[in-house]
Amino acid sequence: MKYILITLLAIFTLLAGCTAVDLNAPLPGYETGIDPNAWASIPAGEFFFGQHDESAETEAFEIMLTNVTTAQYAAYLNNALADGSVKLDGDQVVGFYPGDKFHGAKHEEPIEAGDWIFIPLDDPSQRIKFDGEIFTVQPGYEDHPMTMVSWFGAWGYCGFYDSRLPSEMEWEKAARGTDTRPYPWGEEIQRENANFYASRDPYEDMSSYGSRTTPVGFYNGMTYGDYATLDSASPYGLYDMAGNVWQWTGDITEGMHYRYMHGGSKDTYEMDLRIWVRNNATPTYYSPGVGFRCVR
Amino acid sequence: MQFIKDRFNYLFGSTKGLILVAIAMTAVVTAVWGMLSGPMAEFGVRDVVVRLLGMDMVPAAREGRIIILYHSIAMAVIAIEVYMITGLLKMKPLFKTVINTVITVGYITTMIFGLGFAYFGQNWAFHGLYIAGLTLIFFAGVMLVIALWPWNKEYHQPDKDYARTRSGVDLERVAFFAAALTTVISALFGAIPGSYFGNGFEVFLAENIIRYPEKTTMEYSIIGHLHIMLALIAVMITLIIGRWLNFKGILHKIAMPLMILGTIVLNLGVWGVVTPLEPVAHMIIYVGATPSMLAALLLLIWSWRTLICEGTAHLPKPSFGQKLSALVRDPLRFGPTWQMLFMNTTVSGIGIFMAIRLDEIFRVWPAREERIELTGHWHVLSAILATIILLYYGDMIGLKGKVRQFYGWSIIILSNIAFAAVTFFEMKRLFVAEAEQQPIVNVLMYVMDAALALLLVLLAVVMAWRLMDLFRSNGRWKAEREQELSQEVRR
Repeated sequence: MKYILITLLAIFTLLAGCTAVDLNAPLPGYETGIDPNAWASIPAGEFFFGQHDESAETEAFEIMLTNVTTAQYAAYLNNALADGSVKLDGDQVVGFYPGDKFHGAKHEEPIEAGDWIFIPLDDPSQRIKFDGEIFTVQPGYEDHPMTMVSWFGAWGYCGFYDSRLPSEMEWEKAARGTDTRPYPWGEEIQRENANFYASRDPYEDMSSYGSRTTPVGFYNGMTYGDYATLDSASPYGLYDMAGNVWQWTGDITEGMHYRYMHGGSKDTYEMDLRIWVRNNATPTYYSPGVGFRCVR
Repeated sequence: MQFIKDRFNYLFGSTKGLILVAIAMTAVVTAVWGMLSGPMAEFGVRDVVVRLLGMDMVPAAREGRIIILYHSIAMAVIAIEVYMITGLLKMKPLFKTVINTVITVGYITTMIFGLGFAYFGQNWAFHGLYIAGLTLIFFAGVMLVIALWPWNKEYHQPDKDYARTRSGVDLERVAFFAAALTTVISALFGAIPGSYFGNGFEVFLAENIIRYPEKTTMEYSIIGHLHIMLALIAVMITLIIGRWLNFKGILHKIAMPLMILGTIVLNLGVWGVVTPLEPVAHMIIYVGATPSMLAALLLLIWSWRTLICEGTAHLPKPSFGQKLSALVRDPLRFGPTWQMLFMNTTVSGIGIFMAIRLDEIFRVWPAREERIELTGHWHVLSAILATIILLYYGDMIGLKGKVRQFYGWSIIILSNIAFAAVTFFEMKRLFVAEAEQQPIVNVLMYVMDAALALLLVLLAVVMAWRLMDLFRSNGRWKAEREQELSQEVRR
């Protein structure tokens, strides 16, 4: 009898892990007051790059204050569909990419000129919907970062508005400023600094759907209901440069088709939120935890 | 004073005492440092531990801290294996004493000052002592190689039941010698780049650079080092278990040459990563791993057959059920080889599966998912090796009856549950989408953490019992002080 009970308990526990996740569970509707259309100016000059503080230099550039939002991306898709920059291919939005030089390195895969996926439309995690004519945003997600977007989709967005994805150096400088801090806001991380795995923000429920994105600029020192955030802007005033979503960067590495991402996400522990930490994936990869912002 | 002197002599002067100290130190480090990550961090336990112990965890130094932590634990495990070797194999008493003394001072120095440096304020004197500890362990390894020299006539094998050359050279001893020699050489593979990167403190974790298209020789060396050291610890524990169980007969005669060949080829492959042979190094490694794994399989077949034969000797025609019952009646003798089989399912099998389908599965995932698989893979391998040591230790301390059954089966079942959960966790992307993974992640994390926590509780109970035993004037420690592992090899 004892063994039957233990076995039943084990089966019950495992079945509990198979419960369906409600991907459309209600979201808190907080306004952050941060303008996703704003840009920050980053001056030319030296800064400390990477974990080991190597000296590096960038030209002056501007970078978006926040990640591209879902509303911004839907507006782009409507414009781009109208002028033929993107098209529908089954359940995907695709666009033309001129291809990369192939070096035949170990594990390198060719990225040839042609149409590549920008976003999937049939994935339940996709917050942009298409009714056959117009792209709209699932209500509540308008000011959340655009996710479920491939590197090509991020590249296409920035290019459409005469901007581009940041290089890794530009990204790190924008996040870090000119000192050696590990996080955009300083030396230490607390749960109220950023959206990361099990950071207990109001958008998270680790017992069911887990961690979800927070609206762009959420960690700005404001109090939402009874949840007080810390002002976590970078030295140049950028928000969400650590946590919330990984951000695609634009560098193309010789002998490697993977593209790098920075910043960590809602799904990673705080160690991945350190400025120099890199992630990478094939440029067709998309995820609920990957977004981007542009530079010009 | 005599009270302390007697206990000190047992703990630091006898094989079983030395093993007890090393297990206790590893258990304490595992228990405390295990609270700094995973669910313990999520629950806020890490913050309490950090505050309570006054740890100083600089974000930029995380990789360096982890490397020192891994080395601290690994050195204690290597010390345990060395104690077992010096206790099981014939060697000159002076060698045995010197090797055990040097490696004990070495691993304790490494552990205390390494962790002191990494987690408690980066005192540079501590870092120097940490390096000094590692150096002593290296020196003990060199002496072990000399002590194991198998061509000395004194160590020839007279019994034809064991693998030996025509002139009588003991091939099992050659296998131990080959593993010890290649371990010492492979340690240099870590020490040289370690000095190079360590001098500038530009450390990195191998799993974070795995996708870089161009790697430097030093980076390859680090990757090779960590793979081969773990593989050699596994080879060594297989040989130790074989000796303890008194592996012999025709399978022994086939297994030992295979183990020698596998060990040498495996090492040549790994060393090859820093030579022009790099493009084919992986193929050489596969070629070397195969005979080593075959040798372990032969040990498994022999030991299971022996257990079945012994357990059914009184029956004229045993049924399948009776044979099965005989196989599992002693978890401490059945467990080590079962764990090796389980290791091949959860570690080697998964590794090979992933390697074969590298471009279709593995490399489609983002690098962070690949990292989870890689780190999970070798954490499980390390932990399985630890459980094999604990199973042997259970026999060593003379557990009998129900306690033996409870201890042995608890280790086997709890570790197997935990490692199976880790394996599912590593592979989850194959059967659940990222957005829908949380419930399954929760269950797997709770299962693996609960199982590992119970395992540590069991270990804590054993350690507490051994501690209390030390206060008894006629405790078990007194008998163990005089016992040697070679006397307990099954006949």
